[in-house]
Amino acid sequence: MAGNDASTLLGMADIVKRFPGVVALGGVDLDVRPGEVHCLLGQNGAGKSTLIKVLAGVHRPDEGVITWEGEEVHFAHPQAAMDMGIATIYQELDLVEGLTVAENIYLGHEMSRFGFSQRRAATKSAAALLKRLGHPEISPSAEVGTLSAAGQQIVSMARALSHHAKLIIMDEPSAVLDAGEVERLFHVIRDLTDEGVAIIYISHRLEEIRTVGDRVTVLKDGKTVATGLPAKETPTTEVIRLMTGRSIEYVFPSRGTVPDAEPLLRVDGLSRRGEFHDVSFTVRPGEVLGLAGLVGAGRSEIIETVYGARKNDAGTVEVAGKKLRPGSVQAAVAAGVGLAPEERKSQALLLGDSVATNISMASLTRFSRSGIIDRQAERTAAIDQVESLDVRPTGVDREMRTLSGGNQQKVVLARWLLRGCRVLLLDEPTRGVDVGARSEIYALVRKLADDGVAVVVVSSEIEEVLGLSDRVLVIGEGSVLHEAPADQLDEHQVLDIIMRGDAA
Amino acid sequence: MSVESTRKSPDSEGASSVGAPDVHVKTAGESAPPAATVASASRNPLNSLMAGSAGRNLGLVIALVLLCIVGVATAGDRFASVDNIMTILRLAAVIGVVSIGMTFVISGGGIDLSVGAIVALASVWATTLATQTMAADFHWILMVFTALAVGAGCGLVNGTLIAYGRIAPFIATLAMLAAARGLAEIIAQRRTQIVTNRDFIDFFQASVLGVPVLVIIFAIVAIIGWVLLNRTTFGRRTLAVGGNAEAARLAGIKVQRQTMYLYILLGLACGLAAVMLMARTTTGTSTHGGLYELDAIAAVVIGGTLLSGGRGTIVGTVFGVLIFTTLTNVFTLNNLGISTQAVAKGIIIIAAVLLQQRVAVRRGSP
Ligand SMILES: Nc1ncnc2c1ncn2[C@@H]1O[C@H](COP(=O)(O)OP(=O)(O)OP(=O)(O)O)[C@@H](O)[C@H]1O
Ligand SMILES: [Mg+2]
Repeated sequence: MAGNDASTLLGMADIVKRFPGVVALGGVDLDVRPGEVHCLLGQNGAGKSTLIKVLAGVHRPDEGVITWEGEEVHFAHPQAAMDMGIATIYQELDLVEGLTVAENIYLGHEMSRFGFSQRRAATKSAAALLKRLGHPEISPSAEVGTLSAAGQQIVSMARALSHHAKLIIMDEPSAVLDAGEVERLFHVIRDLTDEGVAIIYISHRLEEIRTVGDRVTVLKDGKTVATGLPAKETPTTEVIRLMTGRSIEYVFPSRGTVPDAEPLLRVDGLSRRGEFHDVSFTVRPGEVLGLAGLVGAGRSEIIETVYGARKNDAGTVEVAGKKLRPGSVQAAVAAGVGLAPEERKSQALLLGDSVATNISMASLTRFSRSGIIDRQAERTAAIDQVESLDVRPTGVDREMRTLSGGNQQKVVLARWLLRGCRVLLLDEPTRGVDVGARSEIYALVRKLADDGVAVVVVSSEIEEVLGLSDRVLVIGEGSVLHEAPADQLDEHQVLDIIMRGDAA
Repeated sequence: MSVESTRKSPDSEGASSVGAPDVHVKTAGESAPPAATVASASRNPLNSLMAGSAGRNLGLVIALVLLCIVGVATAGDRFASVDNIMTILRLAAVIGVVSIGMTFVISGGGIDLSVGAIVALASVWATTLATQTMAADFHWILMVFTALAVGAGCGLVNGTLIAYGRIAPFIATLAMLAAARGLAEIIAQRRTQIVTNRDFIDFFQASVLGVPVLVIIFAIVAIIGWVLLNRTTFGRRTLAVGGNAEAARLAGIKVQRQTMYLYILLGLACGLAAVMLMARTTTGTSTHGGLYELDAIAAVVIGGTLLSGGRGTIVGTVFGVLIFTTLTNVFTLNNLGISTQAVAKGIIIIAAVLLQQRVAVRRGSP
């Protein structure tokens, strides 16, 4: 619960931050008290990440005042903010892949004596931190590059804890975690706040805000539109209205009936040693198949193998009755399969290139005649996609890296919409996407299905899988545990199946 | 109850934040216009010019102009004569062709240390007695084909080892550097082979309207290179592979094949450079192309191509080559030694890279 000391730990007043061509923050106010969980809400591109980067000393504000324990402060660089007691877990993970878990945790504040690093001590306390986060299985000496996205998120969190900070900022920490891990994260957060540590918590999942939050500040277009709202009492509709300026029904589109057709995608006995075994399923045109399961259950591995990005040891993948060459992405793409991968930054995007380039990347031949690209046509098509997905800001010439996380995700979807697939594989399609855009993406997936596309959706949000799909496969430890029409399952049943499957 | 009060005076009743929150909701009317509208309005033409390729190349133009001023000041008419300018351009042409090929490899996320050695091998192979005898019987174009084939062959080996053998470009081409130059020495038996074919020399040493053929070749290669990199699917795929190979692969781009093509392309450029060098010096020898790898990489990098891949500029490379060649010329005219030139080159490389970073920061990408 919030601390007894009501004095403000952190105050930010009228913060302005401009980037070339964009006013990312146009006057933001925020106050955080010791021991509270202060939630920051806002649509994609509202300025949440920019605000915390200002706070963490990554960006310097153009205007405005930051006060820390009552005194005005200026953070010239990230180290200055850390020294003050502010630790940050960034939205885009910032770990050094070649270093070990322990080295990453203590990067920048290595344990050392007389200049010699104390590796044993570091390993030991890293292990303790990981245990506290409920992940004793992560070895402090493992190389970070070998961990899953969720594992890396845990390491980031351990790093923030290692600073003994008074304020920990978490930018969408739950995006890569499954339900159980989010629950553990909340435990850790409650422990911390009991000790008087303040948390700034960013998430697009409103139910999380309700569970863990104390107060809420809402940003819209780089401005504070509401601050100090009680997290538990403010109605969802009100929060959404503040964020978007309109009221949105946070619901799933209604399913049509799936036409009785031959399956378009047929996966038979697919196996990959150590990842999954004997996975079989079919998807008909117009059908949305959901893969539910916990993070690490092997769902991403399965659809990446279907796509040919990984080579299967056994089994076959057929599209419209034709077998695909195993381990060949080109064969899959040529057959009309598209994949929006799980990790957009490392697997999908050219961060230094323009939005248009990123969108057209899989459809280059369509815009070229004897190898020469028709850049006008390319741009026009990209603009169409940007408009239909409501990517903001709208300029297609912007550098990809300057887009907010959720908008980057939309660009990945746009790439495959432009390409026009018969089979679309979506791995966590709404990760980091705001409430408004989320329902747009749901509607879009449904519309694609209605147009005859066979869609496979992987999501760690069980509610999302159930709401969006026609049929659901529950995956646990690399095998199919259960298959059922989505409307015959509920969240509890799915979790139950997973638990029983794990036990068996 | 307002935000202001929270900020200025700690309010004790807000202790239980859930129980008694201080709420301040601004009315919808106050909210700002969307960021995007502000964006287009505040983008002034100068800013966008500086952010565009013109801005990046501006520094290079200034550097070149400064060098020319120094040249005129120190060497006067000896520098500023048409003859001297043609000399500079002729010298620039050979390394220029290699550098343009190098721009592709570096943009694609690779590096090639073997270019000098490939030039040497191609020049030697194309001037052996056997090749020259055949060329005399048939046509000198045979020598050109031989050099191109040798260059492309070496590039194919490099590309195959790197793309399919998964050997780091640095290592694979280092091995090629040693092997190709060694092979050149074996073939030539360390002797300088004279080009005997008059027609070959006449063709390449000629001028069209006062412009040397070598310079024209360089210009054509530069134009083709520019179109290829900026306007074709080939160029786009190159940048995609260099920018994020995994993303390129998952978007259905044949990353390995593209990588191999890039080294073959550079090999071809080396073969062409060998032909130009043979024509300029009328010889083929295993010592041709010494340190070309360094000169080419330096020209590419000061031109503004990212050494880590994903972004490349042919115009920048051309400027890079011109800057280095002009520098050499000015120093030579002032009778300054090779060592002084090397020091100056080093300083220029650092200055150029620092300048580039400044521009990058101004463009807002950290
Ligand atoms: N380095 C940058 N250069 C230019 N513009 C930027 C840069 N970083 C962010 N922006 C812009 O600032 C605005 C705010 O972005 P920010 O990342 O803070 O959004 P966000 O609220 O975190 O969104 P999301 O929920 O999608 O993560 C966006 O319009 C974004 O495009
Ligand atoms: Mg963000």
